Amino acid sequence: MPKSYTEILRDLRASVPELSPLEVELALERRPDTLILDVREESEWEQGHIPDASFIPRGYLEQSIEGETTDHDRPIVTYCAEGIRSLFAARTLQEMGYANVASMAGGFRAWKAHGLPWKTPVAFTTEQRQRYSRHLLIPEVGAEGQKRLLDSKVLLLGAGGLGSPAALYLAAAGVGTIGIVDFDTVDLSNLQRQVIHTTERVGTKKTESARTAINALNPEVRVVLHEEVLDDSNVERLIAGYDVILDGTDTFETRYTLNDAAVAAGIPVVHASVFRFEGQLTVFVPYEGPCYRCLYPTPPPPELAPGCSVAGVLGVVPGIMGMLQTNEALKLLLGVGDSLAGRLVIFDALDASFTELRLRRDPACPVCSDAAREARAAGRPLPIPAAAGAAPAAGQPFVLGGRGVIA
Amino acid sequence: MSTVRIPPVLRPAAGQNKQVDVSGATVGEVIEGLIGRYPNLRQQLLTDEGGLNRFVNVYLNDQDIRYLGELATPVDDRDTVVILPAMAGGAG
Repeated sequence: MPKSYTEILRDLRASVPELSPLEVELALERRPDTLILDVREESEWEQGHIPDASFIPRGYLEQSIEGETTDHDRPIVTYCAEGIRSLFAARTLQEMGYANVASMAGGFRAWKAHGLPWKTPVAFTTEQRQRYSRHLLIPEVGAEGQKRLLDSKVLLLGAGGLGSPAALYLAAAGVGTIGIVDFDTVDLSNLQRQVIHTTERVGTKKTESARTAINALNPEVRVVLHEEVLDDSNVERLIAGYDVILDGTDTFETRYTLNDAAVAAGIPVVHASVFRFEGQLTVFVPYEGPCYRCLYPTPPPPELAPGCSVAGVLGVVPGIMGMLQTNEALKLLLGVGDSLAGRLVIFDALDASFTELRLRRDPACPVCSDAAREARAAGRPLPIPAAAGAAPAAGQPFVLGGRGVIA
Repeated sequence: MSTVRIPPVLRPAAGQNKQVDVSGATVGEVIEGLIGRYPNLRQQLLTDEGGLNRFVNVYLNDQDIRYLGELATPVDDRDTVVILPAMAGGAG
């Protein structure tokens, strides 16, 4: 027998419990896992919504709800603008087996009228929605995460073997600002692994070449070029304002200089190094895990640590390690997953094996120990033993324990 | 016999081996046993006083021996000793 709209509504109200906005707020306090489901249209959602609400327009409810939750006992509160569409949505959920569903009476309008908190979602352009659609689909990234990436600043030390894949994937991911520190020009021998450069650009500056590739992939990324060699005199200025640093440098001097300044500035460094068929990877998060000096208090003699130009490297190894660095950087920026802070991974390309080692903060570290931190805060940084790759006094050449390092 | 993992930079001094099985009751004995077989490793691993060089880390399985019992850390037959030297290569 046909029913009028009024009759349908009456039946709905008989089967779907309704909660006032204040009751919804209380329910959220009692059960923080309550799913608040906004079933309005996208144009309404964009005008503002309840914080932490999930958004599924009513027309997509049946096909999308299982992507949000499959727990039939989880409390769910649906809401719309006035509290009518949410009744229909709640009924649908009941039919699908969700046992603990309610609709918010009066909808978002009543919520706002009660002075309860609400927020405006991140606005993307149509092009951004398309470009980042695969990120927007992942709950751990979503609109909030993508916005965070767009607002992020990542510094690459070196546009070389590690920096090439990192720059490309950071740009593709929509990291808003990518800084590149590199003083080199593109050489034909770089192209076996430094895939951000091209044969055509041999002889041009690596920073410029990288910017061309980054902006060809994603024109909205701001690329900041630092054509400088990172050293004690400029490190503080170069790293200031960046959220994460990817260390892809080739010398121990730079790695120690970077470490000391990054710890002092509280900026995480994603560290990787490569040698022939092997790579090492870890993350130095100041004070949460060890720093580079905790791991290696002293640089090795040059004969034990030749660079790629002497020892050679399988091109794909820095590619893989640079990608793993990028993965760590994105996790840090998004605040998801477990970072490699306190863990070091050795990748062996010949075995295709990963070995994981536990790293610890050195309680006597001259840079990141509690004592070092307090001393720095008091304006009297602890001296770094000369043999431990100390920063030289201003104006003096940088020499590590009297030994040079093969670049 | 414990298995010692030789890092690439030290393989030329260790007969190009990636892994070497060495017997010993402590990490120190295992390292000495390794050096006994490949004497060129001594200078690269140990100081003149017989301690471990600070630019080389040694792990028993996944734990840094500096936080266990240093070179006196006891070793079991099924343990793996990992030698980890610093590497600088990245950009070049």
